[in-house]
Amino acid sequence: MKKELSVSAIKEGSVIDHIPGNAAFKVVDILDLKGLRGIISVATNLTSKSTGKKGIIKISGKDLTKEEVDKIALIAPNATVNIIKNYDVKEKIKVAIPSTIKKIVKCSNPNCVTNNEKVMTKFYVLSKDPLKVRCHYCERIMDKEDISLL
Amino acid sequence: MNFKNRDVISIHDFSKQELLHILKIAKLMEKSSKPDLLKDKILSTLFFEPSTRTRLSFISAMEQLNGKVMGFANTAITSVKKGESLWDTIKMAEAYSDVIAIRHPLEGAARLAAEASSKPVINAGDGANQHPTQTMLDLYTIQKVKGKLDGLNIGFLGDLKYGRTVHSLTIALSHFNPNFYFIAPPALQMPQTYLDDLKEKKIKFTLESNLLKVSKKLDILYDTRIQKERFPDPVEYEKYKGVYKLDTGLLPHIKKDLKIMHPLPRVGEIDPSLDETEHAVYFEQAANGIPVRKALLALVLGKIK
Repeated sequence: MKKELSVSAIKEGSVIDHIPGNAAFKVVDILDLKGLRGIISVATNLTSKSTGKKGIIKISGKDLTKEEVDKIALIAPNATVNIIKNYDVKEKIKVAIPSTIKKIVKCSNPNCVTNNEKVMTKFYVLSKDPLKVRCHYCERIMDKEDISLL
Repeated sequence: MNFKNRDVISIHDFSKQELLHILKIAKLMEKSSKPDLLKDKILSTLFFEPSTRTRLSFISAMEQLNGKVMGFANTAITSVKKGESLWDTIKMAEAYSDVIAIRHPLEGAARLAAEASSKPVINAGDGANQHPTQTMLDLYTIQKVKGKLDGLNIGFLGDLKYGRTVHSLTIALSHFNPNFYFIAPPALQMPQTYLDDLKEKKIKFTLESNLLKVSKKLDILYDTRIQKERFPDPVEYEKYKGVYKLDTGLLPHIKKDLKIMHPLPRVGEIDPSLDETEHAVYFEQAANGIPVRKALLALVLGKIK
């Protein structure tokens, strides 16, 4: 049987590679890709030489910005984003944890105003490795283990 | 230094210089009466949680400067009962007044209020998080009774885990080369995040559960109530309430010039027999809320620089 690539190349757009495990669908949510009109291909459980299993997302007709790319840093810290022009990689963007994280992370403090009123969460990144963030509202500091996504 | 329209939400937001400036203005307020300084200004006091000292001293501070006060001390008679959001409530206060003082059971509520309002917001206590005006009057008290803030041996006693006044005062005093003694049962000790912060700042501290082991070293003993309302588990509260009780039995074990502070209310942890001693400064401490809150109101309303 002929072996084929699971996801074909795109002419213009963005390719997010090295998404860990099953995080690809969460990346779709975080980047709000469902609302886009272009073709979006999502592949998971692909074999990765370095990490075992990975996911790839190809977004036709959209160049992701650095700000958008950094939004996925918490769940795909080693992801890379290639911006494609005429089938060629025009730019490579490495995902980096931003200094402020908005909307994505839930505060672990049940008594935080963000868990009781309609408020968008906001965290300041105090340290990237080990990951430590502080809630803008209740000022609680959370380690990586405490961090859960909304 | 310009504090006009500045929100007072967290002690983290203030530099050493800014804190010293506030204390300087508080001293000015204590010395001279300035009866019309806040004439034509209105303070909203939005208290979603019980309070005696903080609310009354904000009202008194404003009225002594000829300002007016409106607000509530209980949400039962407000549209909060109808489900109105905190954001919308603050928008109303913004429309009707010039400055807002808010106490709320949720941590971060005051920060949210500051974002909702273009008028200055003063945090009068948000859950177990911050109570910055208490910290400022605590600093003012220490400065008055000790003549300085630098290089003191400060003991914190009681509920250090949930005690927002202890957390805030630790942060504020960190600017002044202190030596801290945190005296509490292990389950009520200072949260690790604060201790890590002190280590990073290279500030000396000792963890202890037996007060008498360290009491002779202290310049200030800051006592706190074991706070029933902050314990998630009432059974745990019963275990720890009354764990430390200060009375005249302490006197042979302390320095002659040790000052005992307490943010109040006290619920048995300081015996009234200590009230008349020279060590007890907790009532003077509460009274210091007036000049400090006068200073803050005047500063954020731009009536003093």
